[in-house]
Amino acid sequence: MGEARARGSEGPRARKATSLRRAILAEKIAPYTFLLPWLIGFFVITLGPMLFSLYLSFTKFSMLAPAEWVGLDNYIKLFTNDPKYLDSIRVTLVYVLVSVPLQLAFALAVAMVLNRGLRGLSLYRSIYYLPSLIGASVAIAVLWRQMFGSNGLINQVLDFFGIEGMSWIGNPETALGTLVVLNVWTFGSPMVIFLAALRQVPQYLYEAAAVDGIGRWGAFRHITLPMLSPIVLFNLILQMIGAFQAFTPAFVVSGGTGGPVNSTLFYTLYLYQRGFTGFQMGYASAMAWVLFLVIAVVTAANFWFSKYWVHYDD
Amino acid sequence: MTTEAKFDQRTAAMTVGTKQSIARSSFKHTLLIAFGLVMLYPLIWMLGASFKDSEHIFSEVSPIPNPFILDNYVRGWDGAGVGFGTFMINSTIVALLSVIGNLVACTLAAYAFARMQFRGKTFFFACMMAMLMLPHHVLLIPQYILFANLGWVNTFLPLVIPKFLAVDAFFVFLMVQFLRGIPVELDQAAKIDGAGPWKTFFYVILPLLKPALATSAIFTFIWTWNDFLSPMIYLQDPRNYTVPLGLNAFLDASGDSAWGAMFAMAVISLGPLFGFFLVGQKYLVQGIATTGLKG
Repeated sequence: MGEARARGSEGPRARKATSLRRAILAEKIAPYTFLLPWLIGFFVITLGPMLFSLYLSFTKFSMLAPAEWVGLDNYIKLFTNDPKYLDSIRVTLVYVLVSVPLQLAFALAVAMVLNRGLRGLSLYRSIYYLPSLIGASVAIAVLWRQMFGSNGLINQVLDFFGIEGMSWIGNPETALGTLVVLNVWTFGSPMVIFLAALRQVPQYLYEAAAVDGIGRWGAFRHITLPMLSPIVLFNLILQMIGAFQAFTPAFVVSGGTGGPVNSTLFYTLYLYQRGFTGFQMGYASAMAWVLFLVIAVVTAANFWFSKYWVHYDD
Repeated sequence: MTTEAKFDQRTAAMTVGTKQSIARSSFKHTLLIAFGLVMLYPLIWMLGASFKDSEHIFSEVSPIPNPFILDNYVRGWDGAGVGFGTFMINSTIVALLSVIGNLVACTLAAYAFARMQFRGKTFFFACMMAMLMLPHHVLLIPQYILFANLGWVNTFLPLVIPKFLAVDAFFVFLMVQFLRGIPVELDQAAKIDGAGPWKTFFYVILPLLKPALATSAIFTFIWTWNDFLSPMIYLQDPRNYTVPLGLNAFLDASGDSAWGAMFAMAVISLGPLFGFFLVGQKYLVQGIATTGLKG
């Protein structure tokens, strides 16, 4: 009150009105202050760069000279005049199509075994999850490079059984296989998701099935798999997106070359080579956009096909 | 038949049943342990190899080092030009700042999305969800150009600043999902008690977010610690290298001759990850199970 009198003409009612207006304004602004870091991040280092990269994909740009508009040239060259690019597509597709289903099959099989009232579950879960945690690190890639090399652990084991080994990573026929093994080895994270989902399957379904005399395989086929199908789809999409973008293992195992004979030239590795060692930033941008489209199409196709095999409870 | 005899018969049947189930479960355990050992064998072997001299690394399947030497650790720690200690410090700085950035920025954004009303909310939320799907590689080149123009190349800024701007949409999403499980009545009660949005956020929401914060912190740490591509693009001076770059430089510089030292440093580089794994195991597993994070 003393304050109001000191301000003279401004009565208590007027003061109440301004403070109310101020409160309303504060409430309107508050959400944006919370969102401010995200907004800057979104506009300045996501949306802006995204549009810029789309523009760059239609240019020739080396960072040394201004970007030069070339229209669709980069895209045309990718598919008609760059055998290395086609190799990188082939390698990546094989990697995704072989390693992801294998990885999910392992994940589901182990989750099924671990699911029913087993003691020490958390210990097993940890052991099997551990490789997922470190699988993408350089340390493991280094280990893989030694394991599958000509003096490596794999050959030492084979030698123990009297089988003659070879340099698995030096042979174009087998190099990609070693990276597939590495990806399958990290089946732990989809396994943990499967385990959580298996716990949600109602027990009475199995009891009813047992009354009907359905065997174990039948129960798996007609109860577990349909009940789990949304989670299978979820894991499939997640792991495929991850596999399309794999980089570190191929880079380290091949010493950055993608060799031997382009057999481990992952898409992202070739993109890196073009963009950051060849400084063909426009060309690499076009590659990035094709990758984006491929991932979007594959994800959409997964959803589209899912209506034939995924069952939702409703 | 007397009741006693019936009882005997039943217990006999039960023991047969338990015996069978014990046999079955011990078979299962044996299988699971054997499979686990095969899976972990490369890691165990690498740990052993880090204490072997090079002659034994290339001739032994057994992980037990004989003779047991520490020389690999000494040589590795000093090796690769700058010294592995520097790489460890660099990685720690980058990882810890990334954790702080992600926790602060993603939590704030998630609170706005989950609890507040404002113009453009639906649009921005859709943008956030779209960011989840965007491959990192689309942004790689333009971000490099942006940060190069800012003079940030060869500093930690390009690795850390984006985290303070909540570009890891995954954690925003995770926390929005988590906030949806916390009753709105709590916020409303705080508002009636006269708390503003910031007070509500700090005193009501933040304490309840602990599990989501822990999951985000652990995964941010692990992903930054393992990250190879971004540091490779931005860090050129070996004195600024993070651990993965240091390890890779080691591989280039010494070829196949220094496997022992390399394995020793690989073991050290995995150390902090194992530490987080042991401490945060509960949150880690919950985090993956409920949100489907990729490890």
